[in-house]
Amino acid sequence: MTPPDPTAVQPIDLRARMSWRVIVNHAMTAAMLGAVVLIAIPLVLVLWSLLARGASAAFADFPAFFTKDIPHMDTQPGGGMGPAIVGTLLVTGGAALLAIPLGILGAVYLHEYGKSSTFARLVRFLSVVMTGVPSIVMGLFVYIMWTMRFGYSAFGGSIAMACLMLPVVIRATEQMLELVPAHLREASYALGTTKSRTIVTVVLPAALPGIVSGCLLAVARAAGETAPLLFTVGAASEINASLFSGANTALSAQIFANATSSFPEAQDRAWGAALTLVLLTFAITLIARVFTARIVKR
Amino acid sequence: MVTEATASTASSTSASPRPRGNVPIVEVRPSMVAMLDTAPVVFELADVEVFYGAFRAVRGVTMNIQKNQITAFIGPSGCGKTTVLRSLNRMHDVIPGARVAGQVRYHGVDLYGAGVSPTEVRRRIGMVFQKPNPFPKSIYDNIAFGPRVNGVRDKAKLDEIVEKSLRGAALWDEVKDRLRSSAQGMSGGQQQRLCIARTIAVEPEVVLMDEPCSALDPIATARVEELMRELKHRFTIVIVTHNMQQAARVSDRTAFFTAELDSKTEQRTGQLVEYDVTSKMFSNPRDERTENYITGRFG
Amino acid sequence: MTGEPITEATTAAMARSLRGTGNRADDGFRVLAVAAAALVLLVLGAIALTMTMRAAGVFADHGAEFFTSTRWAPAGDDPAQQHFGALSFIWGTLYTSLIALVIAVPISLAVALYTTQVAPVWLKRPLVYVLDLLAVVPSVVFGLWGVLTLAEPIQGVYAKIHGAVDGIPILQSIFGAGAQGRSFMTAGVILAVMITPIITSLSREVIETTPQNEKEAAYGLGATRWEMIRGAVIPHSKIGIVGAVMLGLGRAMGETIAAALVIGSSVGQVSANVFSSGNSMPAVIANEWGEAKDPHKAGLIALAVVLFAMTIVVNVVASWIVRRAQVRQYGSRGGRR
Repeated sequence: MTPPDPTAVQPIDLRARMSWRVIVNHAMTAAMLGAVVLIAIPLVLVLWSLLARGASAAFADFPAFFTKDIPHMDTQPGGGMGPAIVGTLLVTGGAALLAIPLGILGAVYLHEYGKSSTFARLVRFLSVVMTGVPSIVMGLFVYIMWTMRFGYSAFGGSIAMACLMLPVVIRATEQMLELVPAHLREASYALGTTKSRTIVTVVLPAALPGIVSGCLLAVARAAGETAPLLFTVGAASEINASLFSGANTALSAQIFANATSSFPEAQDRAWGAALTLVLLTFAITLIARVFTARIVKR
Repeated sequence: MVTEATASTASSTSASPRPRGNVPIVEVRPSMVAMLDTAPVVFELADVEVFYGAFRAVRGVTMNIQKNQITAFIGPSGCGKTTVLRSLNRMHDVIPGARVAGQVRYHGVDLYGAGVSPTEVRRRIGMVFQKPNPFPKSIYDNIAFGPRVNGVRDKAKLDEIVEKSLRGAALWDEVKDRLRSSAQGMSGGQQQRLCIARTIAVEPEVVLMDEPCSALDPIATARVEELMRELKHRFTIVIVTHNMQQAARVSDRTAFFTAELDSKTEQRTGQLVEYDVTSKMFSNPRDERTENYITGRFG
Repeated sequence: MTGEPITEATTAAMARSLRGTGNRADDGFRVLAVAAAALVLLVLGAIALTMTMRAAGVFADHGAEFFTSTRWAPAGDDPAQQHFGALSFIWGTLYTSLIALVIAVPISLAVALYTTQVAPVWLKRPLVYVLDLLAVVPSVVFGLWGVLTLAEPIQGVYAKIHGAVDGIPILQSIFGAGAQGRSFMTAGVILAVMITPIITSLSREVIETTPQNEKEAAYGLGATRWEMIRGAVIPHSKIGIVGAVMLGLGRAMGETIAAALVIGSSVGQVSANVFSSGNSMPAVIANEWGEAKDPHKAGLIALAVVLFAMTIVVNVVASWIVRRAQVRQYGSRGGRR
């Protein structure tokens, strides 16, 4: 028998080999994919329920659902969520008017004036803490400070929502201000512009798309909040277009109230309100995305 | 490329210039030197030092800068040229921890004295930066920004200022049909000329330029240099450049800086080595360090 | 534009003009900005102060028993008779949050890893979009779906699970008898769905900062993708992921409405049976407030104070952890630059 020739070239086999490691790798990939599917299921199911049960309530008799008053009795069929839509718009609009200017100013202080001073670092830390305050705690706080003195109103809800929105607006705005390059500020100073004028005419306009996007997302979150309204807005079944006087209601509060009802008529209204609310928040989020895309373009 | 100084030959009483590396040979004419010397003084720097926190970036700068001349600061990187330039219009104010010691006198007034408003200083002493930095606004709004800040509201007046500044920056013909388009859509060279136009729109007395051509291609550079020569008749120009040929081409006086290593603190502190009429410095420098830099032995 | 030599007179004139007119508007703007920033301080301080004051009576009357007793007996007409023991609600909050984490963390991590390491480029964007949509759906809508659509059918699933573990010592108490549609488990599931987008998006951000050359080093040694993830991505992102999980925990603890709708409304029980009906601090506040008289309200506010303190602690620790992870990445200036 001749010994193997050591100078002969051995063929190299680069084909993938089945081994335990490869199996584990495939298994993990499958697991990850499984998780993705798993998380998509609730979203699909919820959207399905919303459309199936909410669309019939909300759009069957367009635009009745959006304009009619809320029936006093759960067992009454029909009716609509007109007051709730008006209430949501009032509360969220009022909250935006409070939180957005104050939040932008606060972020301007943190990034342009305070920077890393002790006070600024304290405020930054506390605004992170504030984002974690449960919405029900905010609601109780505003109950003590406002509702106990002035009664139920849409504005009470606005205050509570504004407290929830404020830290979000501050943090989003500060991040956007950080993205404005230093040399733009320098160019403005070199022309003999004061600091406040530079901020208002150069820095904020440059950061604007991102700030708008952040504010819209904060607004969308506020529109969906329920707990604070339970303590501040009260309940109403007719449209109340006044911000300051009289109890009011909102889509989120109505969903909560009707969800616990055992009567399908009320439940249908809850689904209709839910669909309306989801469409509203999705629309706001989409607009926010448009603005985010505009930053990326620059 | 030769500068205007040699446009006509003249008999010279100074020693005939020796070739210095690839720096153009310039003949010194005494009449020219005399003319330079009698121009009024705009800045008087007396023992100026700049600190960033505890770090002394530059020390012992004493010099005068004269009206309607182009003064160049040259030297290797890290030797304090930009630091000194920025001390002329109080731009160090925006950097936390920066401190200027000594005196920077502008028309006799110490810019760092009590009661001086940095905003007022910068209205009179403008600055063009190394990397063009137009605002994300239209061309028109970029130029009109300064005048608007100074209170000019009348549209006709603003239109006039915008046109005048763009002409002054040799940019008018290129952009006159698209004044409302975004300034950031222009080429690098155009953006820099826009920044120059923006600076001269507020009619400062002095224009400081921090390596204005270093981000530009050679053609754009040539245009900006041409612009500088025109602008010096209206403004006093101080330019920092790491390109000594540019200093030789463009400037009337040149200041050479270098950095010295302090062995104890391991810090490099910049200092002014030599300051003279450009043609004299490049043909017959007094200090050995200047000569080494110019002939390319270091830098 | 002065062209004359420098004299006393010209210097004085220049000094005057360099003084400027002073700018009150500039200073005013600064004051406004400081005030706005100070609002954060004021509001948080006011929350802590006012609520503690209102609840002070309850804490004084009950002392430590408030936290150890499960008896919750508001007595509308006779305040002397009433007793507030928060233990069952504290338990409910913690237990549902635990269930939510057990479900959400593996899924969130898997999804985060998938979107950053495995997904083909064309899939990544839509996937992130879907996750963001999930985050936008208001919690009350999840609660609605949970109570009206999920609660009924899931009882059957619970009963089957109980049947499957019957006989196994610990498991049979956890997955116990008496399957309720509105229970700890259902609340846990809904909370898990709500906190997954948060944990996923924060984890994604951390994972994406894994240095490319560390990943390439793993591949260069012949690692499979999973081994690369274990060797390069996870060690790098561990700390940030822990922070993300804790932020999710904070959110789960504070979630009111979804929990209120599906957790059931039991009072006074501390049960480890995930299928039993339960209660949590925010849920009981939301459910009992409408009918509560003032002394009862004080008890509920006391619960809110406890909840406030707990969520603050969790959020502070979480953001400290996340901050530490960022500092390691970027140096002490932190942030995403």
